[in-house]
Amino acid sequence: MTVGLFIPCYVDQFYPGAAIATLQLLEKLGVNVVYPKNQTCCGQPMANSGFEHWTGGCNDLFLKNFSEFDYIVAPSGSCVLHVKEHLHDDTGKASLNQKVYELTSFLTDVLKVTALPAKFPFKVGMHQSCHGQRGLHLSQMSELVAPEFSKPGSLLNMVEGIEIIPLNRVDECCGFGGTFCVAEEAVSSKMGIDRVADHLDHGAEYITGVDMSCLMHMEGILRRQGSKVKVIHIAEILNAE
Amino acid sequence: MSEHATKDHAELAQDFNIDENRVDWHDETLWWIRAKRDKAVNQLPEWEALREAASLIKHNVLSNLDTYLLQFEANAIANGIKVHWAADAAEHNKIIHQILKDNQVTRMVKSKSMLTEECGLNEFLSKNGVEVIDSDLGERIVQLAEEHPSHIVLPCIHKKKEEIGELFHKHLGTPAGNSDPQFLTDTARAHLREVFLTRKAALTGVNFAIAETGEIVVCTNEGNADMGVNLADVHIASMGIEKLIPEKKHLSVFLRVLTRSATGQPITTYSSHFKRPAQGKEMHIVLVDNGRTEQLGREDFRNSLKCIRCGACMNTCPVYRRSGGHSYHTAIAGPIGSILAPNLDMEKYGDLPFASTLCGSCSNVCPVKINIHEQLYKWRQVIVKAGHAPAAKKISMKAMAVTLASPSAYNMAGKTARWVLKHAPFAVNNSFNPWYKHRDMPEAPEMSFKEWYSVNRKSSK
Amino acid sequence: MSTLSSRELIIERATKNKPEQSALPDISLFEKNNKGDLTTFSTVLKNIGGSVHLIHNLEELVSIVMEKYAKDNRFYSPIEEIQKLINQTPDNSNDGHDLENVELAIIKAHFAVAENGAVWVTDDLMGNRALPFICQHLAVIVNENDIAPTMHEAYLQPSLNDYNYGSFIAGPSKTADIEQSLVLGAHGPKSMTVFVEVN
Repeated sequence: MTVGLFIPCYVDQFYPGAAIATLQLLEKLGVNVVYPKNQTCCGQPMANSGFEHWTGGCNDLFLKNFSEFDYIVAPSGSCVLHVKEHLHDDTGKASLNQKVYELTSFLTDVLKVTALPAKFPFKVGMHQSCHGQRGLHLSQMSELVAPEFSKPGSLLNMVEGIEIIPLNRVDECCGFGGTFCVAEEAVSSKMGIDRVADHLDHGAEYITGVDMSCLMHMEGILRRQGSKVKVIHIAEILNAE
Repeated sequence: MSEHATKDHAELAQDFNIDENRVDWHDETLWWIRAKRDKAVNQLPEWEALREAASLIKHNVLSNLDTYLLQFEANAIANGIKVHWAADAAEHNKIIHQILKDNQVTRMVKSKSMLTEECGLNEFLSKNGVEVIDSDLGERIVQLAEEHPSHIVLPCIHKKKEEIGELFHKHLGTPAGNSDPQFLTDTARAHLREVFLTRKAALTGVNFAIAETGEIVVCTNEGNADMGVNLADVHIASMGIEKLIPEKKHLSVFLRVLTRSATGQPITTYSSHFKRPAQGKEMHIVLVDNGRTEQLGREDFRNSLKCIRCGACMNTCPVYRRSGGHSYHTAIAGPIGSILAPNLDMEKYGDLPFASTLCGSCSNVCPVKINIHEQLYKWRQVIVKAGHAPAAKKISMKAMAVTLASPSAYNMAGKTARWVLKHAPFAVNNSFNPWYKHRDMPEAPEMSFKEWYSVNRKSSK
Repeated sequence: MSTLSSRELIIERATKNKPEQSALPDISLFEKNNKGDLTTFSTVLKNIGGSVHLIHNLEELVSIVMEKYAKDNRFYSPIEEIQKLINQTPDNSNDGHDLENVELAIIKAHFAVAENGAVWVTDDLMGNRALPFICQHLAVIVNENDIAPTMHEAYLQPSLNDYNYGSFIAGPSKTADIEQSLVLGAHGPKSMTVFVEVN
């Protein structure tokens, strides 16, 4: 099995640590990982802004870079959801959409990981990024009357020393929302401030999640507040020793 | 109709956010109602099956809308009800005015009807010499304040009790400074009782209309719809054509999901079935299209017509809770409003589908399973293609599309961005950068992942 | 230029724009086919601001209400037996306005619904359609054997077959429009008591 590593554009440029951790973690678990160097972006920021019809270039580049792998894995729920729902593949080959996985679901559903040699003795708040949760069903959403489960949560529970803190609102949106974060700045910031406050109120030392975009937005707020609390992508916790 | 026609949602939301304490109050109140909804629905193990059933019933209605409309009309007429058809808001208003003129009525009492808000009925009748008193307490309050309801179920959720106390002091003569809800409600009870006892015509909305039997159902907690109708001589019911359901027994599904979704109650205090007018009295139903058949023809958006107006989407929406119903500058606000309004006027309401992070919470509390967040996404594509995107956005999106389609352009852009952040942060850390208002920019790492990979991994594609 | 009426226009557009046929679901799966539980009904009704009394006969009801409500206020009932017991002044009016000063109305309901504390009352049981709303306090009589578990069984009852006007009434009238503070007695009755006839 060969996995193509798909790294979201902003992770590549601003949070390479999350990408490095993803790569190292997969390799540790015995996966043959290839990183196509000519990848750029899945096109989500434009599509969500109403410009899906201009994402043809990104679309084609993605197909070109990733068609030949058994699986494509990314440390991002929203990018994977976008590819699954909006990638156009007219090549007639096996549908790429089926092969794309967000990292934690790849670990639980394909690799079926049951143990990790990871250590992270801190109080951690788990942020449920919306697209991963409600779109990819990475964990149960509070809106439904249905059994609870969490793929990222079950992986975090394998980490030694970690303490997952409770929250008042377990899956409220952080307010990033792509271009929403600047187009509706007032509401976006307020949502982020409230989300951060929930974690702070419950004693978080770190805030984690599957999407660096949410974390980047919350980090911006934390740093503005002069807080010592840090954000960290879940890959970095699962890879921590 | 809207007093904020010139500002869009983002600007109105920004105004709303000036008072952070008030935003917290508004947000927490509505979240509490979402929590009550959660508690109520979790008591029914069959909840998700009920949602599915409600959704399927509504799909069946939409796919047979013409037949059910004709069936409903025939049965209603057989019940002694007069049925009118209004193609648009103006016609709806005219029809109602005519019914009132025919009965020499110049003062009417009204119970909650968002459709009449949509049609601007109160303003129209007022201009034409008919006084309308809204009898739902929340609506009466906003009427006294000369505002529109900000929520379809909780009309004055944006008002604090001190503000309501002031309004009552000014208009109903209560003592200044009294904001006790019991006292204020008792005052409204007495004031509106006099209205109920003296008005000859009562207008209600319609929660459900049964094709099978030609009857309508109106749900209230206050009893104001029944008070008004049962004491008046003429009952006028305003109804959107999508409010039909096929058979009476289907009410069992809808009456179980409606109020649990709206407020967390198992049912409203009154679920009244109006089938035949009382002896010597008149009953009229006005069937209103006003863009609904148009929406029916939009493959991607027709499912918005399944809506039973519970408001659960508003209560759960993190944006609605932090921007308030008035920032949507339309009769029906929030997530459902944002997928209904662009159908009426894409330019005027083109901002609404963008007032969302597409978190998907709305779609998952919707008792009839409308895929609201997916429709928000699709409306964005339609609105942009129709030419309603702001010019600046178009330019930046084009630049993005070009850059991201080329690996070399992308690499250069990324490197430049990191350089600027590191060496010229003042270029972005300023008031021209909206991100920077409440957030610090991310730190620039030494290397991108791509650069790290080429240094640390030999084999690369 | 169309000379179609609005009615014809709307139907024409609905016919043209409607989606492909979609079948109705089978909702009989929701029926529990058992009797509604009195304890459940009582608990729910109390939670929504109503009261419950168990009685063996109407005399018991009348003695309860005589104690609870001031005797010089007007009590009204369309039930002959109650009218005798409370010495109700006969009236031939069918104008709801004449009931404006009714303090307590006593009516029968066809049945109750356990899951939501509601009772089903139709116009033939109301006397006048305004009565259950215009009174200050409402008392409703229902038999313990006439309790449906949920709304699904409710709509199967014979009394749902035909009526001119009917209402599921669940507790006293209420509003929470003023900062979500619950107030009982918005426009309809301020209190609602269900008297359950037991054997």
